[in-house]
Amino acid sequence: MAEKTRREFLKSGANTAAALAVGGVAGLAIGIADRGKLVWQLDPELCIQCEKCATNCVLPESAVKCVHSYSMCGYCDLCSGYLEPGAKSRDTGAENQLCPTGAIQRTFIEDPYFEYQIDKELCIGCGKCVKGCGAFGNGSLYLQVQHDRCLNCNECAIARACPAQAYKRVPAETPYILRGEEAGRYAASI
Amino acid sequence: MLMSRFFIHNVFILFILAHVVFADPVQRFPKPDFESGYERPILQTPDPRALTLEYLDVFVLVAALSLASYFALRKRSRRHIFVLMVFSLIYFGFWRKGCICSIGSVQNVVYALFSHAYAIPLTVVAFFAVPLIFTLFFGRTFCAAVCPLGAAQDVVVLKPIALPGWLNQMLGIIPYLYLALSVLFAATGAGFLICRYDPFVGFFRFGASFNLILFGAFMLLLGTVVARPYCRFLCPYGVLLNWMSRLSRKHLSITPSDCINCRLCEASCPFDAINKPVEAELHEKREKSIRRLSFYLVLTPVIILASGWGGSLLHIPLSRSHFSVRLAKEIKLQDEGKLRLATDETDAFRASGKSTSELYAEARDIQRRFKVGGWIFGGFLGLVFSLKLISLSVFRKQEIYEADRGDCYSCGRCFSYCPVGKEGVDLEKLKEKAEDKAKFG
Repeated sequence: MAEKTRREFLKSGANTAAALAVGGVAGLAIGIADRGKLVWQLDPELCIQCEKCATNCVLPESAVKCVHSYSMCGYCDLCSGYLEPGAKSRDTGAENQLCPTGAIQRTFIEDPYFEYQIDKELCIGCGKCVKGCGAFGNGSLYLQVQHDRCLNCNECAIARACPAQAYKRVPAETPYILRGEEAGRYAASI
Repeated sequence: MLMSRFFIHNVFILFILAHVVFADPVQRFPKPDFESGYERPILQTPDPRALTLEYLDVFVLVAALSLASYFALRKRSRRHIFVLMVFSLIYFGFWRKGCICSIGSVQNVVYALFSHAYAIPLTVVAFFAVPLIFTLFFGRTFCAAVCPLGAAQDVVVLKPIALPGWLNQMLGIIPYLYLALSVLFAATGAGFLICRYDPFVGFFRFGASFNLILFGAFMLLLGTVVARPYCRFLCPYGVLLNWMSRLSRKHLSITPSDCINCRLCEASCPFDAINKPVEAELHEKREKSIRRLSFYLVLTPVIILASGWGGSLLHIPLSRSHFSVRLAKEIKLQDEGKLRLATDETDAFRASGKSTSELYAEARDIQRRFKVGGWIFGGFLGLVFSLKLISLSVFRKQEIYEADRGDCYSCGRCFSYCPVGKEGVDLEKLKEKAEDKAKFG
């Protein structure tokens, strides 16, 4: 009988010790924990437009898409983000467009300005237009993880493949890293 | 010296160039003054999933664990466990797309403890700790009906075969290796191995790389005959659950009251997690066992040290799994003229304006971490190996059929095999039959 109680005592002691160990590790983690939530985002300042965003997402259609800070756009007729470098004419002809899926809509506003809008249904996040816009334009086109699509994988597959290490976990309250006046939208909460 | 001057010169030019090309790009084509009253559209930025929904996930986790424990220990109903398991498969698997899961959360916790740059979300800590705490009280009911990976394999168990004991023991070491490796990778910031090679997450999302789909399909196919192969021979979280379950206060029992050794449940467990009665005295003399045990005990520190040293030797190849170390190597080769080809990575680094010496220092620091980590990694594996040796050499007397506390997933398949407490069963006759069978084979 005495033996059994000793064994039981040891066992319950070990159980308590294990509970304390788990609690301790969890407590340590909680001590440095973020109360909120973290999501993946890419820093457009680091992005080199390698086109891996389009192909490395676990989703068949990438969660990364091009966004447009209208506040920065020059509304140029000769848009280096919209038109192929050697384009024969400045119009909406498919052969003149840089975008492989024709996801940029060009609309005439007033002479000589044109508005460029991204059709997110068509955009695949390859960043060809971003490269064009950054080379000669204002850099108003850039890539961002779209949080209505992103699954928030524990290890983002694009982040792993990103050669510029432009991906990082950001607080869910400020889920985008925007440019121009649009950046102010999240600046207040940072 | 010449080299560094050349380098500073280069950086200086890059710096100026960067200012010319990138600084204030808005000024290149100033914002037009529209005369037609045009108003620019608003950039749409869809919000991420709400935080309250993340807390809902934790709530569902706790509720599912409570129900699973109730079904396994009190209600003793395989059917209830199965229904809950299918729910978890749908909720945590297909609805939540497999992220975040308790198995992967181990890495988040380790990463948070070792990296100042990462603040772990509270919900992730909950996903890590809550199943472990539940296991300390009720055994591995998490595996039975809550884990979506376990559920995905459990529904395909068709014709399970019993593996030979030695194979079970050998393959059972892999999870320890996998756990140690993923902890090492997470602690050094090299990435999350468990998530990278999750065979089932591709099914939850209806999409993954071809190799992963192949791996997942293989696991499911194998799972029809070797039940739950991932849980038994890979799952790193299972190692922790196994430890907790061995110390658990309560645990599922095959029989509702006393075992009569009727042998009916003998082959009911597809995971070979039922301990059969063993007569300890039969095997050998006591002195011999004691001598062997003390030999193993003396050998243990030697094995730990040797294996720790072996682990530390691996720090160079292991550290190459880290992005910065790989990049530093490429940059070094380029600077020495041994590598002509520029990669996206080296181009991005050169454009970033970060200095090479900074990168080298970072890479060296990571390698140093891998060296320390390698010692611990190897030492841990040595300890696991020694403990396995010791446990294999100690004969424990086992008088009844009992679920193995460490290995049992509390799935409840064995319940229906036990005749005890069922109406119209002659227990005495069953007992006699079993004894005859034991005698005459």
